[in-house]
Amino acid sequence: MIVLNQVNFAYPHKDLLFEGFDWQVERGQSWAVLGPSGCGKTTLLYLLAGLLFPSAGQVIVDGQVLARPRPQTGLILQDFGLLPWSNVIDNVRLGLRIRRFYGPDGKHSPAQMDEWNARDEAARAWVKRLGLSGLENQYPGQLSGGQRQRVAIARTLALQPDLLLMDEPFSSLDAPTRMSLRDLTLSLRAEQQFTFVVITHAIEEAAHLGQYILMLGRPPHRKPQIIPNPCFGRPNFADTDDYRALTRLLGEQLQTLTAGETAL
Amino acid sequence: MNIRRRDIFIALAALLLLWQILAAVLHQPILPSPVQVAGAFAREIVRGDLPEHFLASLWRVVASMALSIALAAPAGLILGQSPALNRFFSPVIYLTYPIPKVVLVPVVLLFLGVGDFAKIFIIFLILFFQILVLVRDQAAGLRPELIQSVRSLGAGRRALFTFVYLPASLPAILTGVRQSIGTAVAVLYVAELFATQHGLGYYIYYSGSTLLDYPAMYAGIVAMSFLGAMLYVATDWLEKALCPWK
Repeated sequence: MIVLNQVNFAYPHKDLLFEGFDWQVERGQSWAVLGPSGCGKTTLLYLLAGLLFPSAGQVIVDGQVLARPRPQTGLILQDFGLLPWSNVIDNVRLGLRIRRFYGPDGKHSPAQMDEWNARDEAARAWVKRLGLSGLENQYPGQLSGGQRQRVAIARTLALQPDLLLMDEPFSSLDAPTRMSLRDLTLSLRAEQQFTFVVITHAIEEAAHLGQYILMLGRPPHRKPQIIPNPCFGRPNFADTDDYRALTRLLGEQLQTLTAGETAL
Repeated sequence: MNIRRRDIFIALAALLLLWQILAAVLHQPILPSPVQVAGAFAREIVRGDLPEHFLASLWRVVASMALSIALAAPAGLILGQSPALNRFFSPVIYLTYPIPKVVLVPVVLLFLGVGDFAKIFIIFLILFFQILVLVRDQAAGLRPELIQSVRSLGAGRRALFTFVYLPASLPAILTGVRQSIGTAVAVLYVAELFATQHGLGYYIYYSGSTLLDYPAMYAGIVAMSFLGAMLYVATDWLEKALCPWK
C-alpha cells in the first residue's frame, strides 16, 4: 500500500530529516509512528499525504508515485482542521462538496465516485455513526475537543478513504475522551478496512493503535526501526502482561533513540 | 441584545436632553433646540429636498463601499496567499496606508473632475486600504494546519479559495467597512462641499452659511449622523447574517 523508496527530505536551509529512508506498509495494516517532539513524525505523515515531497527517492501509495494529495487518502490533524465558519454538518460534507466542485476528475476526487457516497445522506449517516446527532447546526467553537475530533473523523470517513493518516489526533483531549476515541478509531478501522498510520508521542497510544510501531529517534532517519505488536486488537489488551512488556520495551527504545544511540 | 438596545436609547435620550439644556442656556439661533430641529427635519422631509440629498450621499457611500469590497477583497486574498507578492507590495501599502486620504480631495477633484465619480473615488481610497490590509492579514494568518486539512480533502487552489479563503475573509471585510464608516462619512462631507449641489455635505453647508436656516442645517447634520449610524447597524446586521459562527 505504501512504499518509501530511498527517501531524502530536508526543510529549506535545515539538516536532513530523512536520508535514504525505506519503509513499507501493507494494505490493511495499522501502524503507529512513535517518537519525541521534533523528530520528523509529522513530516513523515505529510510525505504520505502528498503535502510534502522528498528531495530524492519516492513515496509510492497504491502503486502511484505521489505528486499531490491522493483523493483516497484521509488526513486528520492534531487541531482537527475544521472550518470555524461552518457548522457540524457542513464541515462533515466539506470533502463531498469539494468532490462535487471538481467532479470525478481522478485528481481532486476519485475518477469513479460512489454515487451514494457523493450525496449528503453520506454526511448525515456519518454524523449519526460518530454520535454527533443533534449537533448538526453547532459551530466548532461550540463543541468540546472530543466532539470536534469526531467531526474531523466523520468528515474524513465520509470520503471512504482506503488510507487514513492521523497526526497526534487525541493529544489535546482528556483521558476518558482519548480512550473512547481511540476505541472508536479501532472499531472504525476494523469496520472500514482501511490502512491506518497514526503519529503519536504517547507510548500507550502506540501500543493500542499500532499493529506495528515505527520508532523515530533523532534525525536523520535512515533505517526504519520497527517493533511488531502481535497482540494488537486482542480484547482487554491493556490488562495483559504482553501490553505491559510492550510499553516497557517502547519506553526503553524511545529513551535510547532520543539519546541518539541505535539499539535495534 | 435587549440590554444593548435599551442602553442605546438611554444614551440617545441623555444626549438630546443635554442638547436641549445647552440650547435653552445659550438661547442663540446658531443652536436651535432638538424640538426645533425635529420640526425642521420633518418639514424638510415632507416639503424640502432633504431626502434627495440624503439619497445622493447614500448612493456615493454605498457605491464606494461596493467598489472597495469588489477590488480590495480579491487583492487582499491574493496578497495573503502569496508571500512573494505580499513582500513586493507591502512597502507600498505601508507607505500609503497611513496617508490621511482626505487631503487628497483637491487632487482627486483636479484629476477626476467634479462629478460623482471623484467623490466615490475618494471614499473608495479610504475603504480600499482598510479592507485590503485586514483581508490580507486574515488570509495570511489562516493556520497552515487548516489549509493542509482542506487540501487533504482534495481541494486545489480554486476550492481553497471558495471554501476557505473567501468565507474566512468575510469578517475582515465587514470589520474594514465598520472601521471606515466614520471616516468615510466625514470625507463624504468634505467632498460634497466642492462643486456639487447634491448631497448632505452641500445641504448642511448651504443651509447654514447661505440661507442661515440653522434648524435646517442641524436637520442635515442629523441626517448625516443617521446615514453613518444606519451603515453601522447594517454592517452589524450583515455580520450576524453572514458570520453566524462569530
